[in-house]
Amino acid sequence: MIPELGHFALILALCLALTLGIVPMVGAARGNARMTGTARALAQGQFLFIAFAFGCLVASFLGNDFSVMNVASNSNTKLPAYYRVTASWGSHEGSILLWLLMLSGWTFAVSIFSRNLPDAVVARVLAVMGWISVGFLLFLLLTSNPFARLVPAALEGRDLNPLLQDPGMIYHPPMLYMGYVGFSVAFAFAVAALIGGKLDATWARWSRPWTTAAWMFLTVGICLGSAWAYYTLGWGGWWFWDPVENASFMPWLAGTALIHSLAVTEKRGIFKSWTVLLAMVAFSLSLLGTFLVRSGVLTSVHAFATDPKRGVFILTFLALVIGGSLLLYAWRAPTLGLARAPRAFTPMARESLLLINNVLLVVALLAVILGTLYPLFVDALGAGKISVGPPYFDSVFYPLMAPALVLMGIGPIARWRGETWPELAAKLMWPLLISLPVAVALPFLLGRWTPLVCLGLWLALWIFATSAFAVARRFRATAATGWMAKIAANSPSYYAMHIAHIGIAVFVIGVTMVKGFESERDVRLAPGESVNEGAYAFRFVSIGERPGPNYKAVQGRFEVSRNGTVIETLTPEKRNYFASGQTMTNAAIASGLTGDLYVSLGEPIEGATDGAWGVRIYVKPFVDWIWAGCLLMALGGLLAVCDRRYRLKTERKPKAADITSGAQGVPAAGD
Amino acid sequence: MKPRHKRFVWILAGLAVVGVATGLVLRAFSSNIVAFHTPTEVAEHKTPQDRAFRLGGLVTAGSLKRTTDGLTVSFTVTDMAQSVPVVFTGILPDLFREGKGAVVQGKIGPDGIFHANEVLAKHDENYMPPEAAEALKRSGHPIQGEIFAGQKPVTTQPAAKP
Repeated sequence: MIPELGHFALILALCLALTLGIVPMVGAARGNARMTGTARALAQGQFLFIAFAFGCLVASFLGNDFSVMNVASNSNTKLPAYYRVTASWGSHEGSILLWLLMLSGWTFAVSIFSRNLPDAVVARVLAVMGWISVGFLLFLLLTSNPFARLVPAALEGRDLNPLLQDPGMIYHPPMLYMGYVGFSVAFAFAVAALIGGKLDATWARWSRPWTTAAWMFLTVGICLGSAWAYYTLGWGGWWFWDPVENASFMPWLAGTALIHSLAVTEKRGIFKSWTVLLAMVAFSLSLLGTFLVRSGVLTSVHAFATDPKRGVFILTFLALVIGGSLLLYAWRAPTLGLARAPRAFTPMARESLLLINNVLLVVALLAVILGTLYPLFVDALGAGKISVGPPYFDSVFYPLMAPALVLMGIGPIARWRGETWPELAAKLMWPLLISLPVAVALPFLLGRWTPLVCLGLWLALWIFATSAFAVARRFRATAATGWMAKIAANSPSYYAMHIAHIGIAVFVIGVTMVKGFESERDVRLAPGESVNEGAYAFRFVSIGERPGPNYKAVQGRFEVSRNGTVIETLTPEKRNYFASGQTMTNAAIASGLTGDLYVSLGEPIEGATDGAWGVRIYVKPFVDWIWAGCLLMALGGLLAVCDRRYRLKTERKPKAADITSGAQGVPAAGD
Repeated sequence: MKPRHKRFVWILAGLAVVGVATGLVLRAFSSNIVAFHTPTEVAEHKTPQDRAFRLGGLVTAGSLKRTTDGLTVSFTVTDMAQSVPVVFTGILPDLFREGKGAVVQGKIGPDGIFHANEVLAKHDENYMPPEAAEALKRSGHPIQGEIFAGQKPVTTQPAAKP
C-alpha cells in the first residue's frame, strides 16, 4: 500500500509540475496576475507530494518491504536502521528521487524567500524549475520507478553495498545533490531573465545568494566525498581524478567562476552575457554529472545497452536542456542590450583580475571535461578502450591554478575600474616581503627543499598575508572606534570573501604538505614485529575477531610510538559482510593538526607460520588541512548568503539605473 | 597607444595564454592516455613495449601465488583464449579473487611478464570491470547475458567510488 501511495504522489507531483511549467509562464507573458500568482502554490504543492513520495520510500526501507524491488536489492533485515534510511538513496532509482526532492525543495525555498521579487520574475523562475522537475519526474516514472514491485516478494534483501555502509552515506549524497540541484536556481534565474528580457544588475543581485548557497553545499558535498574515499577505501588518497569525482568537480569549477563573474555583473553591470552563459553551463554540468554517475555510463557505455530506454531518455533530456537554453541564449541575448559599450576598466582593475580568474577556471574546466569525456567518446565510437591517468590532470591543473592563486591575493585589494601601479605595488610589497622568505626557508626546516613545496607554501602564505593586510587596511580606514565596532562596520560578505580565500590557502598547505612529505609503505608484519616510518615506529600488537551487526570483523591492534613513547593505538579492521559475502577494509586513522597516521590491513599471508599480514602504513602530514580548507570555503559561502544586502526590499535598493551604470556614485573614469 | 590598439594587445595576450594552455593540455593528454589491451593482443605482440597499458580479463583459477616476502604476488590474466603472467608487489584490493574479473595497469617486460603497478578491482562483488568483460567478448567468450553474474541489473551500485 505504502509504495503505491508513493507512486501516486509522484504522478500527482508530475501534474502539478506540468501546470507549474505552463500556467505561470503564460501568465507572465500576458501580464495576467492571477495566472502568475499560482506559481508559489503550485511549487509548494509539488514539494509536498514529492516529499510524501520520498517518505513512502524511506518507510518501505525501514519496514523491510522486500516486495519492493528497490528495497530487496539494496537492503537487508540485519542492516542497521539508519543505513536502511540511507539505502533509500543508495540505488539509481532512489538517488533520482532524492534529486527530485532536492529540486522541489529548492523550488519551495525560492517560492518562500522571494517576497521582494516582482511576481513575473518569480513566476518565470518557478516555471523553469517546474520544467526541470517534469523531466526528472518523467524519467523516474517511465524508466526508473523506485516503487516497482517484486513478485513474488523476496524473503531477504541483497543488502546495501558494504562500501556504502558508512556515516559518509548519510551526509555526502544529500549535500552533493543539494549543490548540484542548487545550480538549477541560478539556471532558472538566467533563463527567466532571457525570456523576460530584463537582464541587469538587479538580476545578478537576486541570483547571487542562491548561487553561493548551491556552491557552498557542493563544496561540502565534494569535501565529504573526498574524506570518505580517504578513510574507507583503504588507499589513503584524497583525490583520484576518478571520473565520478570529476563529475562533481566540473560543476564546482563552473560554479566558482559563476560566483566571481556574478560579483562583477552586480557591482559593475558588465560581463552579463558571460554570467548568463556560466549559469547555464554550471547547471548543465550538474545534470551531466548526475547522469554520468547514475546512469552507469561511466562504468561502461554499454550499460546503455542494458536499459536502452534510460540511456535514450538521459541523452534526450540533456540535449533538450543544454540545446534549448543555448538556443534561447543565442536568440535573446543580442536583443537584451547585452553588448552595450563595455564600462572602461584598466588592466589592473578588479574586473580584469576577475576576468583572468574566470578564463583560468574555465580553461581548467575544459581540461577536466576533456579528460573525463574523451574516453567515453572513444568507447562509444568503438575505437577501443582507453583511460586518462591522474598525471594528466595533475600536470594540467596545477600550472593553471598557480597563477589563479597569485591573482587571488591581488584581486580583493585592487579597486574596481582601475588602480595605478605604484598604489598597488605599495599594497602588495609587505605581503610579498613576508611570504617569500618564509616560503623559501620553511622547507629547509621541514627537512627537504623542493621547488614545488616552496611554491605551494608561498602561494598559501601569499594569500594569508594579502588577506591579513587587506583586512587590517580596511579596519584602519573604518571610522568606527573599538575592535567590535570596526568588525561590525564591514559587511559579512567582505569577511566571507576573505574566509573563503583563506580556506583555499589552508587547502593549498594541505595539498603541498601531503604531496611533498607523505610516505606510504606496504609491509609484511607479524604480531609482535614493528616497522619504522619516518619518526614513527608502528608495532603490530595483536589480531583478533570482533562481531558486528551484519558483518564479522578481524581487528588488528597497532601501537604507534615516537621517541620510544606510545602516542596512538590503532585498530584497523577487515570486515566480512554476511549477506553479500563481500570483504571490506576499514583503515584506522589517528588524525591530528599536523598530520595523520594511517594503518590498513591487507590480507593474511598464506603459509606464514608467524601469522603475518600484509599491512599498509601511511604517514600523511597536514592531510586534514585539505578538508578544513574546503569547510572554510563553505563557511565563507554561508556567511555571504547571510549578508543582509540580499534581503533588502526591492524599493529600498539603489535605483537600477545607478547599478547598471556601475558607478556607485563616482563618475566612471574612462581612459 | 590608442584604446583600440591597447585592446588589440590585450586580446593578443589573452589568445597567447589560451594557446599555451591548450598546448600544455594536449601534450599532457597525449602522454597520459592509457590504452586497454586483451591477453590475446599481448600474445600477438600488438601491445606497446615501453608504454604502460591496461590489461583486462579473468584471474585464472589456481594461478595466484605469493612469494615468501608475502607482498609480491603472481597470477595470470586470461581471456579464455590466451593468458598473460602478471607480477605485482603490494596489497591486493578487497575484491580481487581468482576466477573473477580484474584489470591491471603496468608495462610488459622483455621476459613477457606483465609488471603491474596497479590492480584495479575496486567494484561491486557482482560486477565485472568493463575492460575485463570487453576482453572476454573480443576473444569470443562473452559472459552470457548481462555483465553481472546471474543478477538482475545492479547498475544502481556506484562503480568505482561511493
